Parts: sequence; structure tokens; C-alpha cells
Amino acid sequence: MTFDDFLQAFFSVEILQQAWPILWAGLLNTLLLSVVVVPLGFIGGLVLALLGTVHSRWVRWPLIAWVDLFRSLPPLVLLVFVYAGLPFAGLEVNALTAVAIGFFLNTGAYYGEILRAGIESVPRGQVEAARCTGLTTAQAMLHVVLPQAVRNVLPDLISNTLEVVKLTSIASVVAMPELLFQARQAQSVTYNATPIMAAAVIYFILLWPVVRLLSRLENRQLAGRR
Amino acid sequence: MSNWDRFLDSFFNARVAAEYLPKIIEGFWLTILLAACIILAGVAAGLALAVLRSLGIRVLNWAIIFVVDLFRALPPLVIIALLYFGLPAAGLSLSGFAAAWLALSLVLMAFTEEIFWAGITAVPKGQWEAARSTGLGFLDTFTLVVLPQAVRMVIPPLTNRTIAITKGTALASVVAVQEILGAAQAGVSFSFNPTPLTLGAVAYLVLFLPVVILGRWVETRFAWKR
Amino acid sequence: MPAQRGAIVEARGIHKHFGGLHVLKGVDLAVRERELVFVIGPSGSGKSTLLRCLNRLEEPSDGSITVDGIDMLDRRTDINKARQRIGMVFQSFNLYPHMTALGNVALALRRVQGMSRAAAEAKARQALERVHLADRSGHYPGQLSGGQQQRVAIARAIALEPRVMLFDEPTSALDPELVGGVLAAMRELRESGMTMVVVSHEMGFARAAADRVVFMDGGRIVEEGPPEAIFGNPQQERTRAFIGQITRH
Repeated sequence: MTFDDFLQAFFSVEILQQAWPILWAGLLNTLLLSVVVVPLGFIGGLVLALLGTVHSRWVRWPLIAWVDLFRSLPPLVLLVFVYAGLPFAGLEVNALTAVAIGFFLNTGAYYGEILRAGIESVPRGQVEAARCTGLTTAQAMLHVVLPQAVRNVLPDLISNTLEVVKLTSIASVVAMPELLFQARQAQSVTYNATPIMAAAVIYFILLWPVVRLLSRLENRQLAGRR
Repeated sequence: MSNWDRFLDSFFNARVAAEYLPKIIEGFWLTILLAACIILAGVAAGLALAVLRSLGIRVLNWAIIFVVDLFRALPPLVIIALLYFGLPAAGLSLSGFAAAWLALSLVLMAFTEEIFWAGITAVPKGQWEAARSTGLGFLDTFTLVVLPQAVRMVIPPLTNRTIAITKGTALASVVAVQEILGAAQAGVSFSFNPTPLTLGAVAYLVLFLPVVILGRWVETRFAWKR
Repeated sequence: MPAQRGAIVEARGIHKHFGGLHVLKGVDLAVRERELVFVIGPSGSGKSTLLRCLNRLEEPSDGSITVDGIDMLDRRTDINKARQRIGMVFQSFNLYPHMTALGNVALALRRVQGMSRAAAEAKARQALERVHLADRSGHYPGQLSGGQQQRVAIARAIALEPRVMLFDEPTSALDPELVGGVLAAMRELRESGMTMVVVSHEMGFARAAADRVVFMDGGRIVEEGPPEAIFGNPQQERTRAFIGQITRH
């Protein structure tokens, strides 16, 4: 195989031009999907983390079981279970709903663990000081604890968000026309690897800045933790 | 037949379960094999890169940083697709197992390098200076003084990352590997009953629940003193 | 026993258990309006716990507490409303690190008293002026010295116009050279007529400013009286031992 053959197989300008409209639509869907599932998972995680502050074993143990259950199941397994399984229970779900449910359960558990750690990292005195000035438990949580909690675990939150955006690629398995799915379609029509390569490059351009940022934040965090 | 019976018949059908259990168990061992190969290759390669990086050769370090960033930014499923569907265009065919193994090993390598590097840089410079002043060489200083301190620091993040990436073995089902999810999906399409998916989910729980709980324990056991 | 006349804080028969630990063993404490009561005692004597029971940061196991006519332990009492009448200053300042000095003082004014942003900030500025930190209102806690942080914490409490102020070892976490500014702010507060209960080891300040000194040991009040009496002529053996220990250095 010559170098030209290689270029033709993976970096064909001609193929890229043909496939571009399909890939572009896929990219938009990937972004749209991210804008749906990231807030959904975050809100789910926030609910779990707030429940985690309740000091009752009737809340605590079911919560830990819930979180560990959905951290143990691979996200793709959850997604397939929801998408291919629920119709047997008489619940017909479209691909987007299946993805939303699967991501809510999976990424919610992860965001939940991160936010819980964040809340636990805020010293007790902060709540006491707030309560002493007459703030209610909810007000103290909202104005005093949560802002600090989020700041303390910001690298973990960004890292998890990066993983969630990457994870949207599994929606291709249930025929959601996101970037990877579209690239696979284009590849199977053109018999050429350029569309998949292009999808990879798009992901990289999109997410590299986030990875760089994270790498800096994580190094600083680890150095500061000693 | 009541709704409840229909539900049981769908998701917990004893006849279907008995029929497909052997397949799921085969998939279970295949998942473990794949996971073990990924962990071995990924952690070893990541550690090797981190050691190489500590040599401080500028051009080499740029290359390492780029490779690490690349595999942190790309979704694993995209890498698998590129290897499995793309490489044949270059006249190189990988089996689904090999493609999934290579892709996930590369991802784990990237995260491992990043985590180990952060751990190594977090060991104070004074440790290097103290060891070198007693006449220890670079390699001895690194392996006897710096690495042991770094390892302790990196265990919790490395454990969690390894668990997360190992769960990615389910992605291999996309490239026709009959690991747990692949076997379960095949079972569903043959039996037209979702019980194999239930078995698959249970198999993942059997495999990963102990690991997730172990990860929780490791996190508290090696908790950072803040 | 009838309520002591003019008592603004009245705690009776306070017991506190932490698990198997009996930390407070029946403490009675009454504080009159405009009085400065100093609580001293060895560590573990229960003095901080007593203070934290007064605004129900700790739930007393038994007893009754009335502050400014409000039954603090009554389930029907709106504890958040009641707490606004009781300012508290902590050993570790507990300023909110994500808010400026002004933001720290204004938060409760806005969220609890429902003031507009402008009104709350104007009032917060006044409070900061009283502790001579008006020029630091835009600084974050991390940019202030420990002494300045503690004065912001005092401003945060007095902005709500409390009837009583509780100080829980307000200078223990400070470098010696920063203690003076905090004590000066407390003295000015005292001169403005604030009722204060202070747990502290600043004996010089106690001698100069306290109306009454309460000595606690082993979860009980051992002896109380005017500072001259407690420091100059303690009646109880345990008081004498403690005073001897802390004045030796």
C-alpha cells in the first residue's frame, strides 16, 4: 500500500466534501444531545447529593444502593436495556427518550458522587454561621454550601462532563443520528474510512481545549493536596 | 394474564433464562478476559509513558502529551469504529476483540499516564534532591523514592478510572464481540424475549458491583488528608 | 424561682449529652441587658457547648432557654427568626470564602430580612464601618488578615441588629499581634450597650471589660462573680488552681 493509497483511504478531500453535510448534521445532533443530557445528569446528581445530606439510614442506604447500581452497569448496557427492553414491558420509547433515561440514570449517579464529595468538603462551620444569621437550611445550602461545593470539585465536574459528551457517541447504537452514527453511514456508502477519521478529528478539535484545561487543573489539585 | 405476569414472563422468563444462561456465562468470561488484557496493557503502557516523560526530553514530552490528550478527547467507541471499520481500508483487518482491546488499552494508557505523571510531579523536588545527594542515580531515585510516593497518591483516581474504562468492554458488542452485552443482545433477537438482557445486567452487576464497592473503600482508605 | 428581672438570656438546668458523654450537667445562666458575661474554664469544661446551646446550634438534652422573651426550645418557635436576635462569632471566623466582605454581611439582610440589594449593601457598609473595615468591603476573606476576617464576622452579626452577641473564643485562632483589633471592636460594641456572652482566654480583656466572670469546670458552673473577685480572691479550690495556671505565664 502506497502513501497515496493511505491518504485516499483515510484523508480523501473528495470523500470529505461528499460526506460533509451528513457529518455536519451529526455534529449538530451531538451538540444538541449534549445540551440535553448534561443538564439532565447534573440535575439528577444534584438531587442525589442533596438527598445524601439527609441523616437517616432510610435515605442513606437506598441512595448508596442506587448510586452503586448505576455506576456498576455500563452505560451502553443501560441504554440497550431501556431501548430494547422497555418495549417488552409495553413501553415504546423512541431513541432520544431511551438515551435521556439511560444517561439520567448513569451520569446522574456520577454527578451525584462528585457533588456529594463537594458538599462534604465544605466545613460545618459555614452552615453554622449561616444558620446563626437566620438563614434556613435550604438557604444555607443554596447560598453558602453549594457555591463552595461546586468550586471545590470543579475539575471533577468538568472531567465528568467531558466524559458525558464523549459518551453521547453510544447513542449511535440505538440509531440516533449523532456524529458517529452519521460517520458510519457515510463510511458504509462510500466504502472509505475518511468520514470516521473526520468524525474523530471533529471530536478532537471540539474536546482538546477541555482536556488541556483539565490537565492543568488536575495537576494543580494534586500538587495542592499533599 | 395480568400485567405483572406479563412483566415477569418478559424479563424473568425461566425457560429463556435457562436456554441462554450458558451463552451469558461464556460472555462473562470473555468480558473478564478482555478487561484483564486492557488493564494489563493500558496500565503498563501508561506507566511506561509517565517514566519516559520524567526523563524530560522536550520533543518526546510533546509527543507524549499529544498522544495522551488525543486518547482523552476521543470517545472510545469512535476509536473502536476507526480501528474496526476504518483499518480494513488500509488493508489491515482487526478482529472485534483486538479492536476493542487496542482502543480501550490506548484510552486507559492515556489516563494512566496523566494520573501517574500528576503523582510524580506532586512528589516534592526536595525528595529528588535528598536522594541524589546521597549518591542515588536517576533510576534508583525514581523507582525507590519517587514512584512509591506517587503510587500511593494515584491509587484512588487510578482505581476509579480503571473501573470506568473496563466497563467500556460493553462497547465491544458493537463490533460483534460476544461478550456479556453481545451475547445478551443475540439472545434477545433469537428468543424475542428480553430475559437475556436481564441476565446480562445481572452478570455486569456480579462483575462490577464488588469492584465499585471496592473503589469506594479504596477512596476512603487512601483518602487525601485535606 | 421567678425570672430574674431584666434578664435577656435565661438558661435553666441545661444538660447536654454527646452519646455517652455528659458535657453539661445542669447549668443555670442568666444575663441581664447590657451585661458582658465572660465564661472561662479549662478545655472540655463545656463552655463552648453552653454557648452553642443558647442559640440552639446544639440541641440541649434537657433544660429551658429563653432569649429576649422567646422560648428557644419550643417547637413552635421560628428558630431562624429567633437566631437573628442572637449574633454569633466563631473561633474560626467561618466567613463565606466565595463572597466579598460586603457580600458576607449582606447575605442574611437580603435573604432573611428581605431587604433590597441596595438597602442591604448600604446597611452592610455601615456595619463594616463600625468595625473600621469600610475600605475592605470589596475584599474576599482570603485577601484579609485573620484579625480583619474576624472583624468582618462581627460586622456580619451586628448588621442584623441582634439583642445579644455570643463570642466563641473569638481570638484563639489569631496571631498575637492581630488580637488587639478584634478586642477593640468588641470593646466598642460593649460601649454601645450590646449584651455579650464571651467564651475566651483573654483574661486582660475580662478584667477590663467584663461585668461578671463565670468559671466552668466539668460541665458545671463552679463559681461566678465580678472579675476582681474571681481573679483576685477566688473562693473555690478549682477556680484558684485554674486562675493560678493561666496567670502564671
